[in-house]
Amino acid sequence: MNRKLLFISGISLIILAFITAVVLYQQQAGGGQNPALVERPGAPVKGPHDARVTIVEFFDPACGTCADFYPLVQQLIEAYPGKVRVMMRYAPLHTGSDQVVLMLEAAHRQGKYWQALEMLFNNQRRWIVGHTSQPGPARALLNAIALDHAQLDADMTNPEVIGVVQRDMQDLQSLGVRATPEFFVNGKPLPSFGYRQLADLVKETVEKSY
Amino acid sequence: MNKTNADNQAGWLLVFAACTLVLIATLGSLFFSEVMTVPVCKLCWYQRIALYPLVVILPFGLFPFDRRVLRIAAVFAAIGWLIGLFQLLVIAGVIPESIQPCVQGIPCSDTHIALFGFLNIPTLSFLAFSLVGALLYFAHRTKTP
Repeated sequence: MNRKLLFISGISLIILAFITAVVLYQQQAGGGQNPALVERPGAPVKGPHDARVTIVEFFDPACGTCADFYPLVQQLIEAYPGKVRVMMRYAPLHTGSDQVVLMLEAAHRQGKYWQALEMLFNNQRRWIVGHTSQPGPARALLNAIALDHAQLDADMTNPEVIGVVQRDMQDLQSLGVRATPEFFVNGKPLPSFGYRQLADLVKETVEKSY
Repeated sequence: MNKTNADNQAGWLLVFAACTLVLIATLGSLFFSEVMTVPVCKLCWYQRIALYPLVVILPFGLFPFDRRVLRIAAVFAAIGWLIGLFQLLVIAGVIPESIQPCVQGIPCSDTHIALFGFLNIPTLSFLAFSLVGALLYFAHRTKTP
């Protein structure tokens, strides 16, 4: 057989198989997720509770992209007044973040979740060193927020608080979340990562739901 | 003359087989990391550094068939094979955790995929480098003395 023909057909066949696999995989992954895994009752929510569109964001407080997305997600809630809400779930993928999300969940019990989150996001440089979370400096930042600090420290070792974080970790594993931020809009994952894709999916879901 | 032609034909086919193998391995690794978004640890990156150039280098040895490609390809295959072996030893626990060069919460000893129950990605990589090495070796052997 002609060598060039063999080479070209062989290579083309492999590349074709690759493209087919990518398309099949994405079609399969594009379907809706189990809503019981995506949403967790009691998780911090911003926006009206009767909104029909829920953005679920799995995030790590130490993730720079999550901090960048924070104002963008707020804009989406404001762009569709009364129709969109966001639910935040923990994905402490960075080393040390497991302690930091416990602080956030403890703050959530005192109704200070969003203040604590904004404090951490706005000052990431002060408590993240070399992509590793430093729970000490992170905890020190929260001292600026008016809450019961003794209670916060106690809650960080509260089995209920730890259980919440563990539930989120289990769900993110079941959902195959391996990077943050990861978004689901009414249980549906983004077709590919990006702000445009998120905005489009929210727009599409709002149009379908109202 | 006929013998040399036959040798060349066998050698060419072996290098071609290695060529398709490295292409499959390359696209496979990209499928895991880019499509399935499996996190990539450092050792995997080092193996990729050894693997990806072969996709370009090996076809150069096919048109026209040039045995000198075997030498340079063998070096890349050997580097990848050694790193692959190292990673398998880390996973097996033969090499202690502390000396593995992994950061950012992606330990190299953490395996994600298990095809047919036992084939994880590092094992696939090790098998691929072993097979490429064997193909290159047999291609080298086809040369008439």
